[in-house]
Amino acid sequence: MEDQDYSPKSRRRFLRKFGSLGLGTLAVSTGLTESCTNPTKDLESGKKITLLNSKNELVEVDSAYISNLNKDLAPNHNSESRKGLPGKKFVLVVDLAKCKNARKCMDKCQAVHQLRPDQHHLNVLLMKDSEHTAPYYMPKHCQHCDNPPCVKVCPVDATFKRSDGIVLIDNERCIGCRFCIAACPYSARSFNWVEPKDAEKYKDVAYDIEKNVPQKKGTVTKCTFSADCLRDGKLPYCVSACPNGVYYFGNEYEDAVTNGTSGETVSLSELLAQNSAYRLMEDLGTAPSVYYLPPKDRTLIPEIEDTHS
Amino acid sequence: MTDLYRKEIEIKKEQFQDLVSDLNSPLNRTGSSFKIWIGFLLLLIGIAGFMYVRQLQQGLGTTDMRDIASWGLYIADFVFLIAVSLVGSLITAILKLSNVKWATPLTRISEIIAVAALIAALLIIVVDMGRPDRLWHIFVHGRLQSPIVWDILVVNTYLVISILLLYIPLIPDLALLRKTMGHKPKWQQKMYKILSLGWQGTEEQFRIMNLSLTALMVIIIPVALSIHTVTSWLFASTLRPGWDSTIFGPYFVSGAFMVGAATVIVTMYVIITNYNFKAYITDKHFDLMGKLLVLTSLVYLYFNLNEFMVPAYKMKSGESAHILGLLVGEYSLLFWSVQILGMILPILLLIIKPFRKPKPLMIISVVVVIGAFLKRFLIVTPTLLHPFLPVQNYPESYHHYNPTFSEIMITVGSFAGIMLIISLFIKLFPIIPVYETAHEKGFPNEIINNS
Repeated sequence: MEDQDYSPKSRRRFLRKFGSLGLGTLAVSTGLTESCTNPTKDLESGKKITLLNSKNELVEVDSAYISNLNKDLAPNHNSESRKGLPGKKFVLVVDLAKCKNARKCMDKCQAVHQLRPDQHHLNVLLMKDSEHTAPYYMPKHCQHCDNPPCVKVCPVDATFKRSDGIVLIDNERCIGCRFCIAACPYSARSFNWVEPKDAEKYKDVAYDIEKNVPQKKGTVTKCTFSADCLRDGKLPYCVSACPNGVYYFGNEYEDAVTNGTSGETVSLSELLAQNSAYRLMEDLGTAPSVYYLPPKDRTLIPEIEDTHS
Repeated sequence: MTDLYRKEIEIKKEQFQDLVSDLNSPLNRTGSSFKIWIGFLLLLIGIAGFMYVRQLQQGLGTTDMRDIASWGLYIADFVFLIAVSLVGSLITAILKLSNVKWATPLTRISEIIAVAALIAALLIIVVDMGRPDRLWHIFVHGRLQSPIVWDILVVNTYLVISILLLYIPLIPDLALLRKTMGHKPKWQQKMYKILSLGWQGTEEQFRIMNLSLTALMVIIIPVALSIHTVTSWLFASTLRPGWDSTIFGPYFVSGAFMVGAATVIVTMYVIITNYNFKAYITDKHFDLMGKLLVLTSLVYLYFNLNEFMVPAYKMKSGESAHILGLLVGEYSLLFWSVQILGMILPILLLIIKPFRKPKPLMIISVVVVIGAFLKRFLIVTPTLLHPFLPVQNYPESYHHYNPTFSEIMITVGSFAGIMLIISLFIKLFPIIPVYETAHEKGFPNEIINNS
């Protein structure tokens, strides 16, 4: 079924649909914008093509500077999954003011990804930054860093960064060295120390790299930003599971994020600017794709418990 | 005149024969205690093997490692074994190139320790893998960005050079064994014959041998430094408090020379108490190795001061939890035992000459070796247990790491494997170089070749 979906024909249709946006990303990533400002005469064909760049501007580019997407891609879901969705740069915004520790996101995540109760792709932490500051709940996903320490250290390219910003793990490639777990400053990764939950049940299910299921013993697993949902144009599982409107998810290139609870779409840059958004451990230089809105005027101030920190 | 000369030659020949039979004596004497020893080692290796098969079936869940302490005893053991292996380059290359003559009888001991420790290190790192069946992925999908790939490259390079540094000086000795071991089983004689590569002891052969040895001794020094530097980068290349350090390379290398020197001392002691080598490995050798241990420990102490004093002074958040855990917290007992017993006390004792006698020196060295192993554990575990973000929504056990019986026995098995390799080597090859010793004692090549 899925294989047919990725046949060259349907991909062409897909590309035509996303046309200008997809090529826009490609143009930026190959440094085309620079060559546009210093055109080389003898290379130009004179035929102009209109593209949308990452700054949301429409630009005209000579067709000579555009290289075609490789149409001979193997119709293999998992190798396609290494590339990322064209024209996208996914971003998650977590509004800490709204989190009431309902943990619907955690439950949904663990169910979808076939995780044991002690395995977390997503962990809601009770935070207390210093002695006199009030505690707050902080859902913590993989931060899908743009400078991911985990991807750097992987010896076999099992964990990788896609063009749409998502960091994934190929659990058919992973050798289980756990260097990525040691390298991740956000403790976002989990390992299958024993036979995964319901291993027998999912024994014959084909591996889906974007969902990272079925889990495999001896390999690392982590949040995928629900890349399987994103491919279908849906919001991630945790985002739509939240009853309290904590999560906004969207495409940075479109400057739009959608609230998973209300369905309302807002401007990403305005949301971040108006709420003094920040990213976790900015000083480490990991450049996360997850933004947090400070827990100001929050709906629930947690009781202090033993945080085990 | 010629008669006198001939007589002198005869005496020399006899002396040489005595030397050969002295140094080859372990090959000819196999008591029941040796067999029991080998049996004991095989038992330990068997238990480790059984535990490993169980681990393969059930997954790394048979260890106490979990998502927070995701590395443990195996990685500590790996770092320890890599550290021990560095002594090969210290004794064989650094001392030799500095024209230190007294180290000659210790070269083969240190090289076989290096080779055995490296083999065990390579095995233990496979044991630590969640998917050892995918080891080949490293060769097919290997990425040069990863310090693991650097480590694999340099460790294997070091292993090859160490084997060559063990083997090449052995060739003249193998040629001697070919002649003197006629009473040994067929396979053993055949092995000597094949391994001696038709050595005749010609001028040309010696020239080639010395040339290649010098080249290897020069090459092995940067390779040796890099294996432990790269191993330290497995930690230092991360952002974690306690690992995020710029001096991890020299800190690890200096610690490695310290534990390596101590390992050689312990092995020397075991060898002289079991075999009659007192004339070749003398109190002077122990005394000098004791001094070398003081020197390496002092360098290590200096790096320890830097590694702990500087962050302890600043108490940067993140670092402070880690540092306090070591200095006054959960790990303080282990930390101070290791630092005082395994580093400071040996320095204080070994600057006094009587403590450099074989027995006290051996006891101190055993403490240094144990301390060095525990130090590696202290480098790996506390950092992992104190990540940046609070550890929550995990079972209580995730906040601690206490190696399981399975992990401990597999680690013990790695030591048993090293001892097995060394023990068998001593039974098959002269552990003190025959040719080199004879050469340094002034026996001419004609006598060595013609006896």
